[in-house]
Amino acid sequence: MSDEAPPAHPGEDEAARIGRADVAHLARLARLAVTDEELDVFAGQLDVILRSVARVSEVAADDIPPTSHAVPMTNVFRADELVPSLPRESVLAGAPEVEDNKFRVPRILTEEA
Amino acid sequence: MGDELTRKSASELAALVAGGEVAAVEVAQAHLDRIEAVDSRVRAFLNVDADGALEAARTVDKKRAAGERHGPLAGVPLAMKDVVVTKDVVTTAGSKILEGWRPPYDATISARIKAAGIVMLGKTNMDEFAMGSSTENSAYGPTHNPWDLSRVPGGSGGGSAAAVAGYEAPLAIGTDTGGSIRQPAAVTGTIGHKPTYGGVSRYGLIALASSLDQAGPCTRTVLDAALLHEVIGGHDRCDSTSINRPVPPVVTAAREGAAAGSLAGVRVGVVRELGGEGYQPGVLAAFESSVETLRGLGADIVEVSCPHFEYALAAYYLILPSECSSNLARFDAVRYGLRVGDDGSRALEDVMALTREAGFGPEVKRRIMIGTYALSAGYYDAYYGQAQKVRTLIARDFGAAFEKADVLVSPTSPFVAFGLGERMDDPMAMYVNDLCTLPASLAGTPAISVPAGLSEGLPVGLQIMAPAMADDRCYRVAATFEAAVERISPPAAVLT
Repeated sequence: MSDEAPPAHPGEDEAARIGRADVAHLARLARLAVTDEELDVFAGQLDVILRSVARVSEVAADDIPPTSHAVPMTNVFRADELVPSLPRESVLAGAPEVEDNKFRVPRILTEEA
Repeated sequence: MGDELTRKSASELAALVAGGEVAAVEVAQAHLDRIEAVDSRVRAFLNVDADGALEAARTVDKKRAAGERHGPLAGVPLAMKDVVVTKDVVTTAGSKILEGWRPPYDATISARIKAAGIVMLGKTNMDEFAMGSSTENSAYGPTHNPWDLSRVPGGSGGGSAAAVAGYEAPLAIGTDTGGSIRQPAAVTGTIGHKPTYGGVSRYGLIALASSLDQAGPCTRTVLDAALLHEVIGGHDRCDSTSINRPVPPVVTAAREGAAAGSLAGVRVGVVRELGGEGYQPGVLAAFESSVETLRGLGADIVEVSCPHFEYALAAYYLILPSECSSNLARFDAVRYGLRVGDDGSRALEDVMALTREAGFGPEVKRRIMIGTYALSAGYYDAYYGQAQKVRTLIARDFGAAFEKADVLVSPTSPFVAFGLGERMDDPMAMYVNDLCTLPASLAGTPAISVPAGLSEGLPVGLQIMAPAMADDRCYRVAATFEAAVERISPPAAVLT
């Protein structure tokens, strides 16, 4: 699996096996700095899980509408009323780092940029 | 006196407090003493808020003395699953990434529980972010089953179920995404109800899968579950998926069901696909005997077929990881929780990745990566899209089955409580614990688990499912069943 790879058709024998490179790619997308050892463990486990869940493709469902949500509700509105927000200090109290009454974050731009 | 109080049901305790026979403070203290005596072995609680509990109990006593009106559960202690945010009380969802976090606000259900005069004892252990079926995925160590301390209490809400089974609390809150209220109830011999999706507000629940998550009651009697359901249920403007209709009449149903002693005229559907191969023989025997009990009570037993239920596990383990991979993106080392590796030179994305690597356990990482995969361009239609269509077919199976039956029944879980550590190396072996509970989760329909006897000395659960917003049917049938079978309790020797 990579960004360029053609989609594997799940449920067939040739379904993409998940290897170390695939786990590394997924971990990068998900912002997980996985260890070298985890690449092996997760590759095996994700492969088993994905082969198992690929069973959904056995169901003939071409003309079936998808369900994203069990309760059919659309455009739920409430009155747009002004209410006080949470006190700044109680919100910042849970932050990993605070500076000048704001969340302090590591740099977000590289030197070259 | 203390031990006597911890053995009582919530409705009995509420009556004692309301009648002035026992102070709410005494009730709270009795339960805090019980926790002190047994929780080092059960480990149901992550955090006991003794001061907060006694303060809340004193308030109830003062209001009673002043002649103020009481809610029906005022002065009764409750254990809260740690996935529900509680203002100023540490909330971790069983994860290292939230260690020590004190929420700045209350979940809607936390606020309703406080307003009802219910006394929160503390926060209960759970699989990290509610991902698991044994509570072994907690970053703070496992909870032990009060029936046999070498076994799991189920999950993800194993702490809440164990607290109730071990007489540490008469009431607890669980959350159920694929069975996390019902399966722990089954394997600890307690009651657990997953309400209709949208029946109980999700505002302030740390989200796992937003289209599936529902909070609900965990108790030792059906009536207690109904009483707690009525406190937490009902519309909430802070949750746009909350159903704007009255709470189904669950308390009336529980009382009438217990008094009726008969299920004459009730059509009970046995789901053919939820049983047979892969189920423990003792579980199946207990289930068959439960069906005979229902028949003996006058129920009309019919067999129904839900052919797509066999795909529920596959659909669920695509939909859930997809939603959770998105929901857990909020843990970004910026606004709350852990931050690792911020040495002044690393960029935000590297700090984020190091933090998430250090703060999440293996099951959370697996599900985030599965979800990331299932939502990737090129795979979306084949995995997530197809799973959503299967979800439609499962809901249609329910619709057809409820034409023939008023409620459906099945075992709650294919297994009794298994040994700690037994299933930790094989994710799929863990996932099949949810085989029977997943269909109702995917369809958003209500379901309750009630104790249905023992297999090899361990509890088995009977699951009773009803159509959306007919939660009262679950309670009615469960209450009649409960009154007809022998009550089970953990062997006293385990926690003496």
